[in-house]
Amino acid sequence: MADIDVTLASWKLVEVGRLVLIRRGPFAGKLAAIVEIVDHRRVLVDGPSGEEKKIVPRHVLPLAHATLTPFIIPQLPRAAGTGPVKKLWAKNEIDGKWAKSNFAQKTDRAERRKNLTDFERFKVLRLRKQARYEVQKSYAKVRAAAAKS
Amino acid sequence: MTDQFITGRLTEYQVIGRHLPTEANPTPKLYRMRIFAPNTVVAKSRFWYFMAQLRKLKKANGEIVSLNVINEKRPLKVKNFGIWIRYDSRSGTHNMYKEFREMSRTDAVEALYQDMAARHRSRFGSINILKVVEVDNADNIRRPYIKQLLQKNLKFPLPHRSAKPGKKLFAYSRPSTFA
Repeated sequence: MADIDVTLASWKLVEVGRLVLIRRGPFAGKLAAIVEIVDHRRVLVDGPSGEEKKIVPRHVLPLAHATLTPFIIPQLPRAAGTGPVKKLWAKNEIDGKWAKSNFAQKTDRAERRKNLTDFERFKVLRLRKQARYEVQKSYAKVRAAAAKS
Repeated sequence: MTDQFITGRLTEYQVIGRHLPTEANPTPKLYRMRIFAPNTVVAKSRFWYFMAQLRKLKKANGEIVSLNVINEKRPLKVKNFGIWIRYDSRSGTHNMYKEFREMSRTDAVEALYQDMAARHRSRFGSINILKVVEVDNADNIRRPYIKQLLQKNLKFPLPHRSAKPGKKLFAYSRPSTFA
């Protein structure tokens, strides 16, 4: 009989301390922590980020406007004020962790690409061509070596 | 600032009114009510509506002494509210007690009107709010739908999330519902 591995799906949970990414509304694209659960559709969030531009004031956020992230502020007390949240936010280096995440990097890159000038876009085109050329060269070598043997 | 911070449909007003002073009674008794209404005009109208039900006093022989807005003391705290109401259904009058988990008294009353409209098809005119009380002790919560939100270390997943359909007619990949 074949062994079947049954693993539980690892759901991200709505819980106090969970960091959510806001997808809609005035704070779209910013990160906030769940401070308290209002009900099954809404949570109270607070995002006292270290960077001025990324601050999310404490407000009620519908979960339909949020995406759960894998990050948590562990042991955040329920209904903690903005001060303690800010302290724990800094202690857990949330801003740094988020900047390193795939999603943040991709959106940063997309944002930068969007704001390039025509000449900069041309430079990207040339650089990508050069990179491609190098890759193809090494591939060709491997292919030639494989054909011989 | 933004639409998230625009205050809701209703405001809580404190309305104080009295009978017009007469020679027999130059200092008539003041009556105070806390009224939830969309604006001051409706608030005053509701005041006279309730006043006429409770005392021998109506708009023709009375006056409004003061009218001011009652703001929420802590609008950034999640609270549990108990609301007692009396409402006229199509077949009779009923009393009811409901609980709501909201940020402010006005939010709770707005949720109440939505809930009554949804479950009982009753409208603003047929609902009298008797009392709105913040229930700060979790043991005094009566309704299971609020009780379930007060358990320790509450957590739950968001299974099967469907993204808002985009504008395109055809999608090049199946939508992911696991997020």
